[in-house]
Amino acid sequence: MASVELTINSVRRTLDAAPGETLLEVLRREGYTGVKRGCGSGDCGACTVLLDGRAVNACLVLAAKANGKEILTIEGLASGDALHPIQEAFLDEGAVQCGYCTPGMILSAYDLLSRNPTPSEGEIRQAISGNLCRCTGYVKQVRAIQAAAERMRSARHE
Amino acid sequence: MSERAREPFVVVGKSVRKVDGVGLVKGKPKFVADVDLSDVLHVRILGSPHAHARIVSIDTSAAERIPGVVAVLTHANTPATRHTTAGQGYPEPSPYDTRMFDTKVRFVGDRVAAVAAETEEAAEKALRALRVTYEELPAVLSIDEARAHGAPVIHDEGDSTGIYDAARNIVADVDIDVGDVGRGFAQSAVTVETTCETQYAQHTPIETHVVHSLLDSDDRLVLRTSTQVPFHARRIVAQTLGIPIQRIRVIKPRVGGGFGAKQEVLLEDIAGWVTLRTGRPAFVCLSRAEEFVAARTRHPMRVRVKLGANADGVLQAIEMEATSNTGAYGAHGLTVLANTGSKTLPLYNKAENAHFYGQAVYTNLPVPGAYRGYGATQGYFPLETAMDELAERLGLDPIELRRRNHIRVGEGSPIFEKLGEGREGVSQTVKSCELERCLAVGAERIGWREKRGTRRREGPWVHGVGMSIMMQGSGIPQIDMAAATIKMNEDGSFNLLVGATDIGTGSDTILAQIAAEVLGVPASRMIVTSSDTDLTPFDVGAYASSTTYVSGMAVERAAGKVREQILSVAAAMCKEPVENLRLLEEHVVGPAARVPLAEVCRRAMYSSEQFQIAATASCVPTESPPPFLASFAEVAVDVETGRVKVVRYVAVADCGVPINPLMAEGQIEGSIVNGLGYALTEEMLLSSTGRVRNPSLFDYKIPGALDVPALDVILVGSYEPTGPMGAKSVGEIGINGPMPTIANAIYDAVGVRLHETPFTPERVLAAIRREAAERCPLA
Ligand code: FES
Ligand code: FES
Repeated sequence: MASVELTINSVRRTLDAAPGETLLEVLRREGYTGVKRGCGSGDCGACTVLLDGRAVNACLVLAAKANGKEILTIEGLASGDALHPIQEAFLDEGAVQCGYCTPGMILSAYDLLSRNPTPSEGEIRQAISGNLCRCTGYVKQVRAIQAAAERMRSARHE
Repeated sequence: MSERAREPFVVVGKSVRKVDGVGLVKGKPKFVADVDLSDVLHVRILGSPHAHARIVSIDTSAAERIPGVVAVLTHANTPATRHTTAGQGYPEPSPYDTRMFDTKVRFVGDRVAAVAAETEEAAEKALRALRVTYEELPAVLSIDEARAHGAPVIHDEGDSTGIYDAARNIVADVDIDVGDVGRGFAQSAVTVETTCETQYAQHTPIETHVVHSLLDSDDRLVLRTSTQVPFHARRIVAQTLGIPIQRIRVIKPRVGGGFGAKQEVLLEDIAGWVTLRTGRPAFVCLSRAEEFVAARTRHPMRVRVKLGANADGVLQAIEMEATSNTGAYGAHGLTVLANTGSKTLPLYNKAENAHFYGQAVYTNLPVPGAYRGYGATQGYFPLETAMDELAERLGLDPIELRRRNHIRVGEGSPIFEKLGEGREGVSQTVKSCELERCLAVGAERIGWREKRGTRRREGPWVHGVGMSIMMQGSGIPQIDMAAATIKMNEDGSFNLLVGATDIGTGSDTILAQIAAEVLGVPASRMIVTSSDTDLTPFDVGAYASSTTYVSGMAVERAAGKVREQILSVAAAMCKEPVENLRLLEEHVVGPAARVPLAEVCRRAMYSSEQFQIAATASCVPTESPPPFLASFAEVAVDVETGRVKVVRYVAVADCGVPINPLMAEGQIEGSIVNGLGYALTEEMLLSSTGRVRNPSLFDYKIPGALDVPALDVILVGSYEPTGPMGAKSVGEIGINGPMPTIANAIYDAVGVRLHETPFTPERVLAAIRREAAERCPLA
């Protein structure tokens, strides 16, 4: 076992990681179970986390490679009881069905909106194209991300 | 129809937030695999490399010596009880043809053995160390091979029961007649006949099958499992492992999608056995590849439809003949087959003569099971393709042909009575049907009149529009059973305990809305628990489009009883007759009184004539009102490559009163997109030896956000008088639409009929070339 230093949701942690272990495995073992596993091969996006601010599939990142980096998981998005506007919008627009793809989808949206506060529908679809959802038809997630973008813009202007 | 129900609703009909939504968007540990796994035994399963073979011997000694290995499971040390994995009501209409581990394997990936070990790595290593000797048998790899004279017998074991004709590989046989189709065709001015063949496709819930098991402090087996059928799972595990139902508790936490795949008890027996044997918690989770190979699929079918109509386009006869491939085991074989007829033929009740004939046959291929649409999907493709052909032959608009033939309010169909859930059905009259409006609204939205038959061209892309209509049911009449318990707390909140199984469909929320409507509180005042066989009353589970209608009615009744109790306590408090009181905004309100619900409960709990305000109610439906849907699509076909692009898809649905409109829309959107994948890209490719060649989400392409067309879902309101608050089902119907709708749109665009699925560029291009060659044979 080697150890890796990670800043997870703003908290510095030193964690054990076996050689070859992925970030997904380490995060889930440490209790960040909002990071979901749907395939383990980079095809579904359920394991999406932000690594130094960019959305990645945690199942494709070796834990050792994440050493020294900052990670945001879904558990770190809300501040206490106050949900992030993307989370609020997912609830209001009916974008959550089973909720299994939801953490990954929300983090992909977060990544997008942090770089592009006024995305087009095509840009939104592109940003979540790696996050497979089998329950919805993506209609409501796209709408939720549009609504969240609006809320975040007006919050900035206040 | 009850007038009370017709009053404007306060909570029902509103898109309230999901009651379990906040935890889900925060990524709280709500799913099976989110528990602490540090002390579990990891279980891995060995799949068969052969499609058909006898297991001569399994040498487990090397595997057992691997450090960390705690148990090896084979046919030699596990119960031999034959059962079905189909989570259906008891007695199940599926054959008992499955053992935990058998002495024979019947498809590539069939269970051979399993290992429980301290780590996943040790378990994997042990699987590789198992020495299995097989005697290979000739395999049956298609429905034609299964039916061939002298075909290898797949279930020759002798102790299986409920198989129609094991020696001929026939699981089930259905044959029903209404009137005389021979006469009907003879008196028809026009007849058409079409045969379609559908593929192996999979549900692919993003969460695969997963179970966690442990022994509690009373030595009871607790199974925390991702299931659609917690009560059936408890019963089937008890039967398989030979332990009393009393000793088992099944907990269904949040489930990451089911779509029918989790109406199957696939892993609970293994986890349970390991835990009972070792006393240790166990964890089994299928990898994505295993899910593809060894979980369940949709039944591939070959279905022939023949229609006869008079010159006015009124159907005189319908004949449907279905052959269903039920793979290596017969789970859902009979009932999916029966539904292919029973959920489609009543739609066209003008035909006085109808014949449905079908067989489900075993093959040495992956095992199908329940899949959203449940046979109706495979039936609607040929039926609605044939209707399109018939319209053309008659020179009628396809919409008009549907109008002249579809079932209407006040009408029944003899099929309802003759063909039910693998047995006789239940006679019923349609009491709500807004198909006319669905057709009109959908035609308008897609631009039917302007676009149909125009073959608009943009470079190589040729546009066309197509349509189809469909119905489903709402639960299984006189078989399904749901119960609900509601109890009141002294702050005016309520516990709603339901066996109804929310698998992401939102049923916890809509059931809370129904209860809240009756009790005069916001849905947020309901604390919903679903499902835990120790705590919640019985419900058959999430399947057959039953939850809103059947479980909804149980909840409405339980809430009605609680309401009466509240009113009687309040009547004593404010000295008013009960008739003068009603529940409104968390209060009991009368001419001169306004008592908070919390006070009513406090009085009942603490002060006078004390009792727990609570009630349980059950529902066994006497009918299964069909929801209806009209779907329309505009496609563009690239005549050079055969690529099909769906430009726009419009679905207009009558699901009664939508309890939660956003969620009802979401159900239809999801089922349509699932159906789009089924129509266009999703296909399990099988090798010549029966192996699944594309067991990954990379190679088996389900739609992503960039793959879906503009999608319009419109709910036309109706009111189902027998339903809870006017509601019917909504979960399955949408998936029946894409295949026929797109096929008919492709025909409108390029004049070729597709009878094989999915409509890949290769198939479309081949059809275009074939058609061109036929048209001008010398070119
Ligand atoms: S689990 Fe990482 S992409 Fe599917
Ligand atoms: S909500 Fe179930 S997978 Fe997306």
